[in-house]
Amino acid sequence: MSEEVKNDVKLPTGKRLVLSSSPHISTSESVRKIMLKVLVAMVPACAAGVWFFGLRALLVIVLSTVFCIGAEALWCLLAKKPVGPTVGDCSAAVTGVLLALNLPPSVPWYVPLIGAFLAIWLGKQVFGGLGCNPFNPALVARVGLLIAIPAVMTTWTPPRGMDEKYPGVKEFRQSVDATTCATPLGVAGQRKKIVGRSEAARRNFAQVSSRRLLKRFFWGQRGGCIGETCAPALILGALLLFAFNLINWRVPLCFAGTVFVITGVINYFLPGVTPPPLFHLLTGGLLLGAIFMATDMVTCPLTGSGCVAFAIGCGVLTSVIRIWGNYPEGVSFSILLMNALVPLIDRWFTDRPFGYVRKRKGEVK
Amino acid sequence: MDIMLGTVAVDWKLVAAAVALMAGGGLLLGLIIGVVARCFRVVGDSRVDLVTELLPGANCGGCGKAGCRDFAKSVVSGENPPGKCPVSTREQVSAIALALGVEVGEIVPKKAVVRCSGNLFTSDRVAYYKGINKCSSAMLVGGGPKLCRYGCLGMGDCARKCPFGAIEIINNLAVIHEELCIGCGRCAAVCPRGVIAIVPAAAHVHVFCNSPEKGAQKRQVCRSACLGCGKCVRKDPEKFELTAGLAKVKYDAAELPDMETIEAVGCPTGALATTERHRLAAKKEAAVK
Amino acid sequence: MNKSSRDVMTFKGGIHPADSGKVLSENRPTLTAPLLERYQVLLCENVGKPPKPVVNVGDQVGKYQLIAAADGFVSANLHAPTSGKVVKIGEVPGPMGIPAPAIEIEADGEDRAAELFPPLNWETADPKELVKRIADCGLVGMGGASFPSHVKLSPPPDKKVDTLILNGAECEPFLTADHRLMLERPRDVITGARIMARILNVANINIGIEINKRDAVESLETLAEGTNVKIIPLKVRYPQGSEKHLIQAIAGREVPSGGLPADAGCVVQNVATAAACTDAVMKGLPLVERIVTVTGEIVCRPGNWKLRIGTPLLEALRLAGGVTEEPGKILFGGPMMGFAQRSLGVPIAKNTSGILLLTREEALRHRATSCIRCGRCVQGCPMHLSSCLLATAIENGRWDLAQQNHVMDCIECGSCAYVCPAHRPLVQLMRSAKMELRKRKK
Repeated sequence: MSEEVKNDVKLPTGKRLVLSSSPHISTSESVRKIMLKVLVAMVPACAAGVWFFGLRALLVIVLSTVFCIGAEALWCLLAKKPVGPTVGDCSAAVTGVLLALNLPPSVPWYVPLIGAFLAIWLGKQVFGGLGCNPFNPALVARVGLLIAIPAVMTTWTPPRGMDEKYPGVKEFRQSVDATTCATPLGVAGQRKKIVGRSEAARRNFAQVSSRRLLKRFFWGQRGGCIGETCAPALILGALLLFAFNLINWRVPLCFAGTVFVITGVINYFLPGVTPPPLFHLLTGGLLLGAIFMATDMVTCPLTGSGCVAFAIGCGVLTSVIRIWGNYPEGVSFSILLMNALVPLIDRWFTDRPFGYVRKRKGEVK
Repeated sequence: MDIMLGTVAVDWKLVAAAVALMAGGGLLLGLIIGVVARCFRVVGDSRVDLVTELLPGANCGGCGKAGCRDFAKSVVSGENPPGKCPVSTREQVSAIALALGVEVGEIVPKKAVVRCSGNLFTSDRVAYYKGINKCSSAMLVGGGPKLCRYGCLGMGDCARKCPFGAIEIINNLAVIHEELCIGCGRCAAVCPRGVIAIVPAAAHVHVFCNSPEKGAQKRQVCRSACLGCGKCVRKDPEKFELTAGLAKVKYDAAELPDMETIEAVGCPTGALATTERHRLAAKKEAAVK
Repeated sequence: MNKSSRDVMTFKGGIHPADSGKVLSENRPTLTAPLLERYQVLLCENVGKPPKPVVNVGDQVGKYQLIAAADGFVSANLHAPTSGKVVKIGEVPGPMGIPAPAIEIEADGEDRAAELFPPLNWETADPKELVKRIADCGLVGMGGASFPSHVKLSPPPDKKVDTLILNGAECEPFLTADHRLMLERPRDVITGARIMARILNVANINIGIEINKRDAVESLETLAEGTNVKIIPLKVRYPQGSEKHLIQAIAGREVPSGGLPADAGCVVQNVATAAACTDAVMKGLPLVERIVTVTGEIVCRPGNWKLRIGTPLLEALRLAGGVTEEPGKILFGGPMMGFAQRSLGVPIAKNTSGILLLTREEALRHRATSCIRCGRCVQGCPMHLSSCLLATAIENGRWDLAQQNHVMDCIECGSCAYVCPAHRPLVQLMRSAKMELRKRKK
């Protein structure tokens, strides 16, 4: 059968052969595609932020992203690294948007600028670039700004729909050029703690955490950072991240769950010391931190059990800082502290390799 | 008792107590450290320290010992003569010999030579190699991207290993700068193809080819290979020898070849060359293959 | 009996490589290659010592005649694929990239068979005689490992073997040789299984087939009715065809690290080896040919061919109608664990299951970037290793860390490198670590 076609069969010459190790096929996924998917997952939170806080928030998001990309390009020029591949993997853009979601909406232009340099230079490039940083770059920037210019970083704008009749959080301050308000956590933090289970203790936080208020907090009608207020947007973002297989579901679940459980237990026995757990869940940056910050691939442990340990640690630290710490908000610090422990977690929480039997002492052969 | 410093009132008693505590604590710790240093002192031969000071301190392992201090111990114990250190200058070796009252010993300076002249343009490769750019890793993928099985891969394992920065990779070929090489042998140990040889430092002419295959076979994949034609051996049998398809310089011969020898032989491919000429040839890009 | 239609849950880990390639060749019947002019039979294709040639240049040999005898116990015989004259015993380009010794035979066109072994009745013959027949016929593992089969079928007496598993998983993309074999020679596969079970004296016989080969599962199930052979459908997952994971899926046991399947009481053989076993025992035919999938998007007529060992690569491509464009990669084996060829003069051996051609664009598609610790490699590794940490340790020359993290257990399946979004050369890194650690152990 082949004799007939022998004459016009085109055979390879072997002049263009590529030599490489197996495997010779690979997934079409790339780092850039992953970063773009993360950006898509952050779009609902950005949109909610712009809806509630106006075009000012959009400006902050855009500035932050542009400055982060610029900071990365500048670093590449100074360090004589190729600019194209480094900026082209879109990780700077992701850091920019994440940083913006962590900033109050009324920050002046220099805050995203300083934040961009803190995040990209100090938080990422100094360690060796993408994949080498032990700390979440956006959180490094946020904590750096918080400690350096706390006044600017704790000035909150009232969201759309918040008015004088808003009970409990009505500390509006009419300053010269802007209206500011307090966040629920800030207000709760101001109240003096009452130990015990007396009636006074039970009513200590009642004004801040009534059912009606909690509903409003859920939908995003409270002061806060651009991305942290609207829970449905964040949850939609989480669902998108799960759908793209970008994060480990254990981290947000265990993080939020741990905070819920710890504050729930404390609130049950000592209701005057801390508000109810649902309040904790819906205020502050807990959902944003649990869904977008703690789950950052580079700073998250590799195995499932490691992620659980990491998330529980974050939850414990957040609860401790919120209940007994000086800061009203503990999420950023707790995530940074647990990031420092991730190499240790990676070493301790490895899967049992195939074919090994765990000795009785729990030691893998 | 309060003393006023400007508008601030300072409780002098508190300050004095703090200072006393810190000073006293520091003094106590210092005493403890001194006693411990005295009790747990390691008694060593002070001559070892002396010789270590006199050595160049490159810790290259060229003497065969694990670093300069180890070599100093062996010199003091008499195992090695001071001349065994390939990095030391003549003055340094004499100083050590004088200090210890021993003989200088035979100094046979050695150096390394990469016996290959097949760079990117003279030696054929597969169209593209995709993978880790290390010679040892490239060998795992079908024996490496070069069509010649014995030649230098030029990915720089040796250059990275050299503690003196004597190896330069020019056009995918490793070239050793004679003046910097002291013959410690680390490059030869790490080369996965065994292309690097350690030869007497006085030799400046070498056959820059490592492949024992037949000349006709070699010619198909490399234009600068030694063809095994035997011209050099016929011209000067004292200085060269021919094994299979590869000619070699006899390094233990009475006389080593030099520029005149090369001109007299007339090597057809240029595999027989001086190190200087070899380096220049490596830089040259072939006009037409 | 074997009407089990349960989809067996497999191992943790593993990946699903995109497989649009099997459809290129799985529906075409296997064609037999015509007789060629020259055959270059490789001498060192099997694990263990290469066999020693027993013929000289100039000798006339018949088809199936012994041309190289096994050297020791772990070695396999080699037989001539056709009748003709031995023209050369020298080196040819080998499939691993380095020249390999081979015996070159010039065919005389008659294809005259030498004297064959007498047929045996496997149901009554002595198992020792059956093993000897398998050794005489030069059977090796045809799944890719080419381990001499008679060695596998003679486990040491201290290892109690109670299960025989035939590997019909064929989890590599593009390859369909085993699939076609099971469709075209199901009886031989089942008989081969029963012969091997008789040799090992086991009653538990399983044939594991991935569920994407449903027609093979059904046809074998029908034939296996009434015998003690069980057909086990397996979930489609790579690397289901790996010995250790097949044993875990079917027998539920884990082969201990550094151990052999016999340590878990199992023996695993490829279905093609089983069919060859039937030929050897019932017809006395030594192993000289096998089914090879010649495939790829740029092959004109991809399909399965029954090729004799020693068929040159270019002839195999000519049979498949040649190529439509210059290939960027020619692989022996599948795309996940196959070897890229650097020379076109390589011949087929007993363990070449496929010839796959990829375009240059596909070969050069991705460039390696730095690790982003996404953890997909850890999720995908069938041996549950921390590929990410291992690779970083190896890149930095930390062989001690690599050994601590069990790099020697890596089966080099390529799952980690497949899923890595940064396209790091993980398998090459693992191999270099294993090579370095083996060197240091010496």
